[in-house]
Amino acid sequence: MTTTVPGTYTPKPGGSGLPRMIAAQAVLETRMLLRNGEQLLLTVVIPTLLLVLFSSVDVVDTGAGKAVDFLAPGILALAVMSTAFTGQAIATGFERRYGVLKRLASSPLPRWGLMTAKTASVLVTEILQVLLVTVIALALGWSPHGNPLTVLLLLVLGTAAFSGLGLLMAGTLKAEATLAAANLVFLLLLVGGGVIVPLEKFPSGVREVLGLLPISALSDGLREVLRHGAGLPWADLGILTVWGVVGLAAAGRFFRWE
Amino acid sequence: MRSEPVVQVRSLVKRYGTKTAVDGLDLTVEAGVTAVLGPNGAGKTTTVETCEGYLRPDSGTVRVLGLDPVRQAAELRPRIGVMLQSGGVYSGARADEMLRHVAKLHAHPLDVDALVERLGLGSCGRTTYRRLSGGQQQRLALAMAVVGRPELVFLDEPTAGLDPQARRATWDLVRDLRSDGVCVILTTHHMDEAEQLADDVAIIDAGKVIAHGSPEELCRGGAENTLRFTGRPGLDVASLLKALPADCTAAELTPGSYRVVGKVDPQLLATVTSWCAQHGVMPDRISVERHTLEDVFLELTGKELRS
Repeated sequence: MTTTVPGTYTPKPGGSGLPRMIAAQAVLETRMLLRNGEQLLLTVVIPTLLLVLFSSVDVVDTGAGKAVDFLAPGILALAVMSTAFTGQAIATGFERRYGVLKRLASSPLPRWGLMTAKTASVLVTEILQVLLVTVIALALGWSPHGNPLTVLLLLVLGTAAFSGLGLLMAGTLKAEATLAAANLVFLLLLVGGGVIVPLEKFPSGVREVLGLLPISALSDGLREVLRHGAGLPWADLGILTVWGVVGLAAAGRFFRWE
Repeated sequence: MRSEPVVQVRSLVKRYGTKTAVDGLDLTVEAGVTAVLGPNGAGKTTTVETCEGYLRPDSGTVRVLGLDPVRQAAELRPRIGVMLQSGGVYSGARADEMLRHVAKLHAHPLDVDALVERLGLGSCGRTTYRRLSGGQQQRLALAMAVVGRPELVFLDEPTAGLDPQARRATWDLVRDLRSDGVCVILTTHHMDEAEQLADDVAIIDAGKVIAHGSPEELCRGGAENTLRFTGRPGLDVASLLKALPADCTAAELTPGSYRVVGKVDPQLLATVTSWCAQHGVMPDRISVERHTLEDVFLELTGKELRS
């Protein structure tokens, strides 16, 4: 039995500074994400496998040119979706379910600080993903074009669009429903979002609708720049911006913390 | 000493749909340890969560450390510590990792290692939260509530499901918090916990405070206490009654078995035994039943099970 010195618990309250709190939260969020096996499957294993498999085996007709030049931009888009949408939705859904968001809401860290930390953690993960995908794609003979800043802009807008949708789902549905729905959406958008299957393979009518999805806008925009060296893919940037604004606004409006 | 109450709740009303969880509740909490008792569904957690700023009152006012928990949340949060009834930790986080994280959110946290050792969380090692035992999870939640050195700690059923040792450890910590000047508000189903720890007890039922006072006051007031003894049958009860204070009653329940009901104190016991001595009665099996908080609680909230 240890004896406690009187005065050990004498109140001395106070929050630590905002940058320190947000940094600590971002580090913890990233650690939780990288520790989670299912998340790693989603964010690392699946994109890598798809990239290697479809670049080396001629399963899908990706049109003229090297397959990897078509696939690498699509896989980058998929990486963004897997982290900002699927991974974030599932993790946040379960944090909400297990009272983590509730407990943190009574800590000195403000809610916007928590969301900022989550975004930082998503961005850190995406940087790691982009590096990994780039290295593998280059090894497979990828020859990227275009302005890196335009690529960055597309990735950031894509992250905003997918984060809004992921948080909207996590903050309104039950954790189990989020888990199921986020995985289903991931699979559907993987197939129907121009990631590995060109949208031209779909009948016209369907194709135009699919083109309005955030994943199609992101993969198409990245492909325009990285494959064809296009300047600014305005249509795709516009679509992503609309999804981002609508998604984040809806998440802000409907997100329930418990 | 502080001049304002720690918590001041006035005419609080909180509804969930058509159900009224808290129905015009008034409560003033002063420094020390306050236990909030009540049957399931009485409105304890709703009241506490309103004080923590999680819920917005439908009407009435709540002030915690003089602040509005919703509108002045940013000011209030660093000054309070919260232990939820369950959860609150990333399922993949280790106990010390989570505790260290909460400590980082505060400017002058407690020594995490000492707290880990004190609450027996050191043995959790690399086990993640979802694999900790219920008792370990509870102790981690308690540690998270106190690590930021708050002025006021809310503990929602802190010992639910704990083994006796862990329960003692929790009680000891609450006593140390109290003696170091931390205010504690805890909800509990355990009457002995309230009797052991609380300076002040508020009993809540159907969304209202129905009794409030120190454990002694509550046990004394309302419910009366009983003194029983056995002697030879047919004693002169009327003569005994004359010797007793005016508000007492005395009766022979079954031949040779006597009961005195009233304010049982040392004086009353002396009166009864000296009356027996005068009448040559040997009071066998004399016993005093003081009401416990549990009796008071059951008397006030009814004995029948509630859904």
